[in-house]
Amino acid sequence: MTTASSAARSSAQASDPFSIPFDERIKEALDNKTLKIAIDRTTNNARDKRAAAVAAWPGFAEARTLGKSIKQHVIDHLDHYLVEFEANALRSGAKVHWASTSDEACAIVIDLCRKAGAKSVTRAKSMLGEEIGLPHALEDAGITRVETDLAEHIVQLAHDRPSHIIWPALHRTREEVAELFRANHHKPQNSDDIESMVASAREELRGRFLAADVGISGANFLIADSGAICTVTNEGNAELTTTIPRVHIVTAGIEKLVPSLSHAMVLLRLLVRSATGADLTQYTTFHCGPKRRGDRDGPEEFHIVLVDNGRTKMRNEGLADMLRCLRCGACMNHCVVFRQIGGHAYGGAYPGPMGSVMTPIFNGLEKSHDLPQACTLNGSCQEVCPVDIPLPTLLRGWREKSWREGLEPQIVRQSLGFWAFGARHPFLYHIGTRLAVRGMRLFAKGGWIRSLPLASGWTRHRDFPKPAPRTFMEEWNQQQRLKAKG
Amino acid sequence: MDAVPLHNQPTVSDRPKVALYVTCLVDVVRPRIGFAAISLLEQAGCDVSVPQSQTCCGQPAFNSGDDDHARALARNVIRAFDSFDHVVVPSGSCAGMIHKYPELFRNDPVWLHRAEALAARTYELLSYLVDIRHFMPKDVTLHASATYHDSCSGLRQLGVMEQPRKMLAAIEGLSITPLPGHDVCCGFGGTFCVKYPAISNAIVDEKARDIENTKADLLLGGDLGCLLNMAGKLHRRGAATRVFHTAEILSGFGSGPAIGEED
Repeated sequence: MTTASSAARSSAQASDPFSIPFDERIKEALDNKTLKIAIDRTTNNARDKRAAAVAAWPGFAEARTLGKSIKQHVIDHLDHYLVEFEANALRSGAKVHWASTSDEACAIVIDLCRKAGAKSVTRAKSMLGEEIGLPHALEDAGITRVETDLAEHIVQLAHDRPSHIIWPALHRTREEVAELFRANHHKPQNSDDIESMVASAREELRGRFLAADVGISGANFLIADSGAICTVTNEGNAELTTTIPRVHIVTAGIEKLVPSLSHAMVLLRLLVRSATGADLTQYTTFHCGPKRRGDRDGPEEFHIVLVDNGRTKMRNEGLADMLRCLRCGACMNHCVVFRQIGGHAYGGAYPGPMGSVMTPIFNGLEKSHDLPQACTLNGSCQEVCPVDIPLPTLLRGWREKSWREGLEPQIVRQSLGFWAFGARHPFLYHIGTRLAVRGMRLFAKGGWIRSLPLASGWTRHRDFPKPAPRTFMEEWNQQQRLKAKG
Repeated sequence: MDAVPLHNQPTVSDRPKVALYVTCLVDVVRPRIGFAAISLLEQAGCDVSVPQSQTCCGQPAFNSGDDDHARALARNVIRAFDSFDHVVVPSGSCAGMIHKYPELFRNDPVWLHRAEALAARTYELLSYLVDIRHFMPKDVTLHASATYHDSCSGLRQLGVMEQPRKMLAAIEGLSITPLPGHDVCCGFGGTFCVKYPAISNAIVDEKARDIENTKADLLLGGDLGCLLNMAGKLHRRGAATRVFHTAEILSGFGSGPAIGEED
């Protein structure tokens, strides 16, 4: 789009980030000097705290194995637990809705808002909501959307997209947030002081909590044997979102099921420690059905929208492991790529390693085939994953599909084909390596090569050492010949 | 029951027949590492051969999703190393690739069997020396301070972490300064570093700064790909850190030229 302003072209704000090529999104991220500061502040802290929490928990490895098997069991028996959950939710007085796509899910939510005559809705942070595009859908329907999570509030003020699944405003430094609050809040308090900034947001949001007609939340767990849902937050905004308005709508992916409360407890301990290093979130709330006769508060209507949006496809097409994901964000906090480019460059609702596995499902592999490639396969994401998702293996699975479907650049295909042909013919290969060594040495000055044709990806940023005059094989064979002669 | 040390098992003699898998990078860029490996293996009582038909392990194809080519190269490696007690590789990444061969042949029972047999006999050099041969360097002196980077495949896939440190502690005069983020990827990632050069550069730049901040004379590691990445960046930044493969130091080649220094 030639008419788009540069602001609208930024991957933080574009309505379709995939319209900007991946290379440009990377460049934009790497050129942004405050982004790296912001990423380091949050992810370094998160990594240190997670490491301390895991070290202080002797049963971590055991809990991880148990958590993994609980999630895997549910994924293997989704049909059973979905039916059980629905029956118990209905019994508690909730209404249950089923959506197979993101559009269906949004349409159900909009319809419920309209029926409730909603002018203003409050939202508690939900990644599923981001995944299905609910913020946009609400705006398109003319319904005022109030983001109540502090970070989502920042994101909404800045017209950004979230850049992390736990800290949506991770890409903004506190200095930038102070500026935003000064410009947008009616009575901004002292912007140099974090507590004062939080107080400013609290004041701004308090009236909107009270005025909302509908509250929308996600769910961290759907508990099959009671029909309850569980939300975890650190700000208490989910409680104000779900308790005050007349109608509470929950949108949740079908993989959020657990058999019972005790299973949820195992996963909660893993989730919170992996996400923030705390033992438990400040608020862990179980919501079961609407307000009952005699209850002092609670919503009159309680709707649960169960969303598939590609999950059945993931289960059937080799990505079942991914459905164990608890959305803790540890994989991205430990990812060397995420920690350089941040969340927006990924383009999808979910960034980092878990995002690179799921985005091709939501947005199509053709648009997002770079994501599984832009990974060093170093394995630290799987190492810190609280449910042992084999993220590198799943990412390589997408690479296999990309290769089969011809999505990788011709130059990559040809170079690999050429290399593989040589390597299948050892005699030719060893002639080739001898020639390569001699050729490369021509470009060296001192012990180093500063620029090498066909290898600018390397030499643009680093030097390459001058190879030894002869290959190992040449040298070794000569030594053997001399030995044989005696 | 205590495990029987592998070299005491009846199928493997006290002097095992070991094949060195040289790896492409060592063959082409730094043959000294191959000779260092042979010297260490011989000191550790192995009978070392270098099969001539070895080429690439197929990792670039495998990691690009090109399984057909990866399988073809894997067959070549399996054939080349069929008749040895152990296969030893001075790289966790290439040894790790051989350990993944069974995944490539999951639908081919004949080759699956051969792939599993090779994987079971294949070791990364530094862990092989300590875990299987119980080797420690003797009478090697090097007066220097060094810091150590753990390459990801060796560390996470093969559990290489304590072994090199144990052996380096036996070098007289060598002090080890811990590297903050020693277990964080250097940004090499094989083809990743040329497919996404800007990201790779940002990662290795951060790594180079961490290395420089240790003020160590030497950077050591066990995988030439990662070492080339870090050495190349350190040199471009004008750092004085000298970079060696751990095997070079252990075999006494540490008095020779570091990566990028002329003979």
